[in-house]
Amino acid sequence: MTVSSALSDQEVAAIRADFPILGRRLEGGRPLVYLDTGATSQRPRVVIDAMRDFSENHNAAVHRGAHTLAGEATDAFEDARAAIAAFVGAAPAELVFTSGATGAINLLTAALGAASAGRGQDPSHRFAILPGDRIVVTQAEHHSNLVPWQELAARTGAELAWLRAGPDGRLRLDDLATAINARTRLVAFTHASNVTGAITDVAVMVAAARRAGALTVLDAAQSAPHLPLDLSALGVDFAAFSAHKMLGPNGIGGLYGRIELLEALPPGLTGGSMVEIVTMREATFLPPPHRFEAGTQAVTQAVGWAAAVGYLDALGMERVAAHEHALTARLLEGVARIDGVRVLGPADATDRLGAVALDLAGVHPHDVGQYLDAQGIAVRVGHHCAQPVHRALGVVASTRASLGLYNTAAEVDQFLGALDQVRSYFGVGR
Amino acid sequence: MSSLDVMYQELILDHARHPHGRGLAESFDGESFQVNPTCGDRIQLRVGLRAAPAPGGEPGAQPGDGGEPGALVLESVSWDGQGCSISQASASMMKDLVEGKDLAAVEAVAGAFAELMRSRGRGVDQAAAESLEDAIALEGVSRYPMRVKCALLGWMALKDAAAKAAAGDASPARIPEGI
Ligand SMILES: Cc1ncc(COP(=O)(O)O)c(C=O)c1O
Repeated sequence: MTVSSALSDQEVAAIRADFPILGRRLEGGRPLVYLDTGATSQRPRVVIDAMRDFSENHNAAVHRGAHTLAGEATDAFEDARAAIAAFVGAAPAELVFTSGATGAINLLTAALGAASAGRGQDPSHRFAILPGDRIVVTQAEHHSNLVPWQELAARTGAELAWLRAGPDGRLRLDDLATAINARTRLVAFTHASNVTGAITDVAVMVAAARRAGALTVLDAAQSAPHLPLDLSALGVDFAAFSAHKMLGPNGIGGLYGRIELLEALPPGLTGGSMVEIVTMREATFLPPPHRFEAGTQAVTQAVGWAAAVGYLDALGMERVAAHEHALTARLLEGVARIDGVRVLGPADATDRLGAVALDLAGVHPHDVGQYLDAQGIAVRVGHHCAQPVHRALGVVASTRASLGLYNTAAEVDQFLGALDQVRSYFGVGR
Repeated sequence: MSSLDVMYQELILDHARHPHGRGLAESFDGESFQVNPTCGDRIQLRVGLRAAPAPGGEPGAQPGDGGEPGALVLESVSWDGQGCSISQASASMMKDLVEGKDLAAVEAVAGAFAELMRSRGRGVDQAAAESLEDAIALEGVSRYPMRVKCALLGWMALKDAAAKAAAGDASPARIPEGI
């Protein structure tokens, strides 16, 4: 990444103008400083307009019915799939729509649970998880990529093992040798932590899993919005992500699976729209991706999501990443100068995203967040759905500023200025 | 004063810095452990009860204060926990407010406090406000729906611990392993 490829100030100003909500004024006429993109991103007008256009002109049930609108809606849905799949380096049939990253991981654990219970005939047997098998996760996971694996382990009798997070929040890759043993069937890990921002060395993880013959599951919820993403080049078997973190609407996300795996995997959810022939006793299932899309899908949101990836593609993810990288460096350098700040995660911007969680000595994150909110600065406080990594770093909760492509250096500086006042407001550190 | 300054009055910050009742009593009649799921803040709280003295007992006792004869009186409240200034101050003020009251009176002030928290800055009637003593200073929290849970954390633990104590259940609260 070179600095020259980053977005110019004029481009960022033009981008900001595309996001109606960034024009919002808060109490006292304060402009909004939105530093919570890690939780959910804001939406450009093209996304809002695409969903409105679909609703006003093309809405119909997809993959059924023969009327004009049904055809248009089906095309819009499948075109959206193709666009989003291309954006993450997948073939269209390798992208299953879900309700989000959480929905994707739960769909996968449900399917693996079905395979473990003997569903899906021969091709599915490779997925069966048996008592004594091992599922490996990491201490840096969002609850979404941890709790479903705890549940699958409990249902199948598998044991759960994990890689620890080191003091700088990065995964301890030296744990790989002990965590991944010969009985390891699956390794689930985050591409980038929503707390520490640390980017995982996917190649090392994939190589270690492959040596043990284990499947890999990548949580790309944080990486997809901020890095160029090519899932097939990364070589992971499955991946999960959410539209609402990448300028799209909420209510939709994706499960990626290598096609030969999806073809062999039994469904996790069943019902309408995923079947071929249904008798009173049994059913046969459609090929992927539709096998995994039971029930009415979030078609309007799929259309909005496709518009979002179109918007990101037009800017170029390399340039988005370069812009955010520069802001992240500024943010990290700035917080390092503030008394009492401890960053929960790598202290410099190398191999790191712009989610910067911190502990401010003597002031609880809720109080920090409230003070910042009064200045119009939106950050996240709490455990950010990742209690174990907070515990590993010795805190219960933190204050997190997370950057998006529409943030500016001036906003980073405003955050730093306000953060610098917090301890004196609460009368600590004097 | 800005809404922020109203919420973080000096009285509240004082309680947060020097909380009353912090430090768990050795013996107890009821114990509770509560977490605020959004931030992981937690409180472990213990109560001790005693029966109010028979008629003609302590001289100068006020109604509700010391308890109706035979009623159970909240003799001690102690707690330990981790949380923001609002949750810490609220638990501290709560201890001052409820200790020495009979359980019916405790329930009444708990109700008044819950109403205050639901008031969205509109406040409560004068009788309820007076019954809350220092805790009325937390009125500013009700303007911030996201923070109401913080202020109620200690009260939830109190309710649970008192119910257990009244039912004769002095078992330790379950605290998840590795928390
Ligand atoms: C790393 C990570 N994984 C998973 C998720 C879950 O995403 P969702 O809530 O959209 O299902 C999130 C977002 O909260 C996240 O940051």
